[in-house]
Amino acid sequence: MNAINYAQLLQLAMPQVIVVATALIVMAIDLLALKQSATRIRFSVAASLASIGCIAAIISILSAPAPANILDGMLIANPLTHLVQIALLVLTIFTLLLSVDSKFTEHVGEFVLLILVATAGMMFLVGSQDLLVIFISLELLSLSLYILAAFNKRSLQSWEAALKYFLFGGMSAAFLLFGFSLLYGLSNSTSLVNIAAAVHGPALNPLLVIAIVTTAIGLGFKVAAAPFHFWAPDVYQGAPAPSAAFIASGSKVASFFILFQLVAVGFAGAEGTAALPHFVRGWVPVIALMSALSMLLGNLVAIAQTSLRRLIAYSAIAHAGYMLLAIVAHSQQSLAALLYYVITYALGTIGTFAVIGIVEEQKGSDQLSSFDGLGRQAPILSFCLSIFILSLAGIPPLAGFFGKFLLFVTVLKSTPGSVGLIWLVVLAIAMSAVSLYYYLRVLKRMYVTPPVAESTYIQSPALSQALVLILAGTVILFGCAPHLLLRGIQAAIEASGL
Amino acid sequence: MLAWTIYISFLGAAAMFLLPKGSAAAARILALLTAVAGFAIALTAFAQHRTGEMLTVTRVPWIPSLGIEYHLAADGISLTLILLTGVIAITGILFSWNIEDRAKEFFGFYLLLIGAVYGVFLSYDLFLLFVFYEIVIIPKYFLIAIWGSTRREYGAMKLALYSFVGSAMVLIGLIAAYVVAGSRSMSLGDLAGYSFSPHFQMLAFPLVFVGFAILAGLWPFHTWAPTGHVAAPTAASMLLAGVVMKLGAYGCLRVAMTLFPLGLAPWGHHVLGLGSWRDVFAILAVIGIIYGALVALVQKDFKFVIGYSSVSHMGFILLGLMTLNQIGISGAVVQMFSHGILAGLLFAVVGRMVYSRTHTRELAILGPMNLNQAIPFAAVAFVIAGMASMGLPGFSGFVAELMILIGAWHAFPMLAVCVGIGIVIGVVYVWRAMQKAFFADTRTESVPPDHPLPPISFPERLGAVILIATSVLIGIYPQLLLNIIVPALNSPMFDGLRKGSWQ
Repeated sequence: MNAINYAQLLQLAMPQVIVVATALIVMAIDLLALKQSATRIRFSVAASLASIGCIAAIISILSAPAPANILDGMLIANPLTHLVQIALLVLTIFTLLLSVDSKFTEHVGEFVLLILVATAGMMFLVGSQDLLVIFISLELLSLSLYILAAFNKRSLQSWEAALKYFLFGGMSAAFLLFGFSLLYGLSNSTSLVNIAAAVHGPALNPLLVIAIVTTAIGLGFKVAAAPFHFWAPDVYQGAPAPSAAFIASGSKVASFFILFQLVAVGFAGAEGTAALPHFVRGWVPVIALMSALSMLLGNLVAIAQTSLRRLIAYSAIAHAGYMLLAIVAHSQQSLAALLYYVITYALGTIGTFAVIGIVEEQKGSDQLSSFDGLGRQAPILSFCLSIFILSLAGIPPLAGFFGKFLLFVTVLKSTPGSVGLIWLVVLAIAMSAVSLYYYLRVLKRMYVTPPVAESTYIQSPALSQALVLILAGTVILFGCAPHLLLRGIQAAIEASGL
Repeated sequence: MLAWTIYISFLGAAAMFLLPKGSAAAARILALLTAVAGFAIALTAFAQHRTGEMLTVTRVPWIPSLGIEYHLAADGISLTLILLTGVIAITGILFSWNIEDRAKEFFGFYLLLIGAVYGVFLSYDLFLLFVFYEIVIIPKYFLIAIWGSTRREYGAMKLALYSFVGSAMVLIGLIAAYVVAGSRSMSLGDLAGYSFSPHFQMLAFPLVFVGFAILAGLWPFHTWAPTGHVAAPTAASMLLAGVVMKLGAYGCLRVAMTLFPLGLAPWGHHVLGLGSWRDVFAILAVIGIIYGALVALVQKDFKFVIGYSSVSHMGFILLGLMTLNQIGISGAVVQMFSHGILAGLLFAVVGRMVYSRTHTRELAILGPMNLNQAIPFAAVAFVIAGMASMGLPGFSGFVAELMILIGAWHAFPMLAVCVGIGIVIGVVYVWRAMQKAFFADTRTESVPPDHPLPPISFPERLGAVILIATSVLIGIYPQLLLNIIVPALNSPMFDGLRKGSWQ
């Protein structure tokens, strides 16, 4: 083994170092200099400093030499990881700016610190092909998210959500670690590439089957796929709006990416197939099953929800089901489809939570009835919310539609010469037809139902409103011109040769 | 130039949001100008286009990595329907002149819908077609849910869900076809030129056909149509029956039948006496014709009569498509145009002239109001529309139904007889509704309406005259449309259909 080149290590981890350093600086400035100021000022300063840090990290990523790979994949850098890391940083910036107008806490420095630390965790997560680093960065991310979910100390719901999240998360981490230990036992290595070489074989080792299932449980929890979704509705409902937005967006992007890498690289050779008429054992049927369950459960349960946050949570479970399809297909093109889908989905979700946050602030509840007549009380906000919701429903020409289209095409393409996976695609499209019902109910509340009290205009903070407009514009732009994003993703995948 | 029908409608819809609050009159005029501009463009293109073959309007790469293009093109069939859309768009606005409540939003959604409909008829790339096809759903939901009447939220949701289920089936079929054909292009010509395996076509054809036919009111998936039409405000009913249902029929012909012609071929064995999908859909179409007419015969609600008559008339279109001979399919296209005009007129009389004045649609209550004296114009318009709808010579409906019948006679002699029965019932239900609503027996105690009915306004008269004139024009000189429809049907795009089972 070569001696570790610390200079190269530092260079490779530079973006993460910048993010962590920013986190410490922000906290120090907030606690030392701004302790006496108003919350809003503290939030503005902290969020802008943190955003500058994120932008610095993006610049450092852009100027970093690629590709690099040290210590058998312990830290890797290639155009693809760079692209995902940049996406994560952009999502973080949006979350940070959204929190400027929130009033749920006085612990501004800590809040921003945790978001940045979680971001650093995500960046390490996507930049590694080593079990140990994956696990550690996943824990770094999760632990920060647990605290973020509990950040509203005045709300019992927030506590409950965080506790539930923590308990389920702890359990799933245990499963994941157990699976990883089996993988290490099988292959005597923690590097995904070596594991793939070791597990490759005609017959599936029973231990490998256990490892596959436990890994699927551990990461299934992170992406909120059924049947490991129980935390999602509570966290989406109880957590403060910026935390919920962060959990629903950035963390999703990172988790899906690493799930794809883990199974596609680490379990290469043990795929099996979920194509009809013959299933073959392997990780693909496991993921296919999770995907089918998530689509069914998410969409059907969402129909019964009366709170918009919970509705979004169940719809997130359903969308996790669609996105898992890309992992079932595990081709280069399906990775592109997955990234396109999850990034545009994350942008829309942040926007949704931003609107929910503003409405909640004014009306004190996220029940669907609070959105009655919003179309007249806040025309711009409700227009943006309808864009996000219609994009979730997959109505063209919004990004959600193209994401679904591309996803389904790549899933069918992944089994050349047969359309064996069509049952999953049929299920997905049928379920998205179901989903229109509950999405339309939200729109109906905003535009058809008259408001309870006679028109009071909702005052929305200028910054949040501008962000929501930008996000809605992005959703429309990527829907009308999907190539803008898709070209970048495809080029990155091509260049990284995954 | 033709592409501007789409853009101008969308621009008009966007401009609605810039109007100052509460300017209903400005919104109306802006909407009317937009619709007239769209119609003028359509008419110019129609006048210049003498051959009926496919002409590319715009073609630019859209998503190169998937081979998807922004490709608009028009042939005789599309042009016929674009013209229909233009006429209905103008008259729909004329008949919504009384909308005061949230007028800006109303006309905004209205123009959005019109623009998307133009888009569907003009799309040559199937991805683009699907995009426009789905955009239609959202504005029509709001038009009904906000400005509708009887059970509007139920009707709107039912309509939206049926449409979405239909388009989901279409999407599955399109994605499968795209992938099987090597995922290089979504263009209609390329996909129609690819020879899909007969097995695949047998599966994909019914899926896509039914997906589109749901929107065309194919029995037994027609139930959204009467409830949706009844719940909708007048202009939306006119659009729904006039053009949106035609989207379904157009999709059946342009996409399902063109892409998968072998799906119409015989199965090689018989199930319940049916030997192919063609037989199945022909039977369903005839059931639709007779069932729609029978149900229309017993309705108490005036608008339901018209709603079910639409189901019946759409059955003619689907039957015409299934005849697979030139006269039958051309008849189906002429019927699309004719029914669009006539259904628009009928809904306008019932919804705008009668219902917004009397606030009831119960035939039993309308009768004693002596409407033929109170609003004679409405009575005359309805009599003319009814005559046209029955298929009297001189109106467009006659030409269309005659062509379809001749086609059906060649293809399915037995069914043609059943259709004859359907036509007779058609005469009866129109007669019954006409008599009960306008010419009820005046010997019974005549109850004048509790308030004097406002006279028929100028926009209404103008709209009715435009629609009647169009129907008569086509009835007297059908060659106007046939001259471009027939060459379109003989174009290479329908080669597969001709080689497969064209007779």
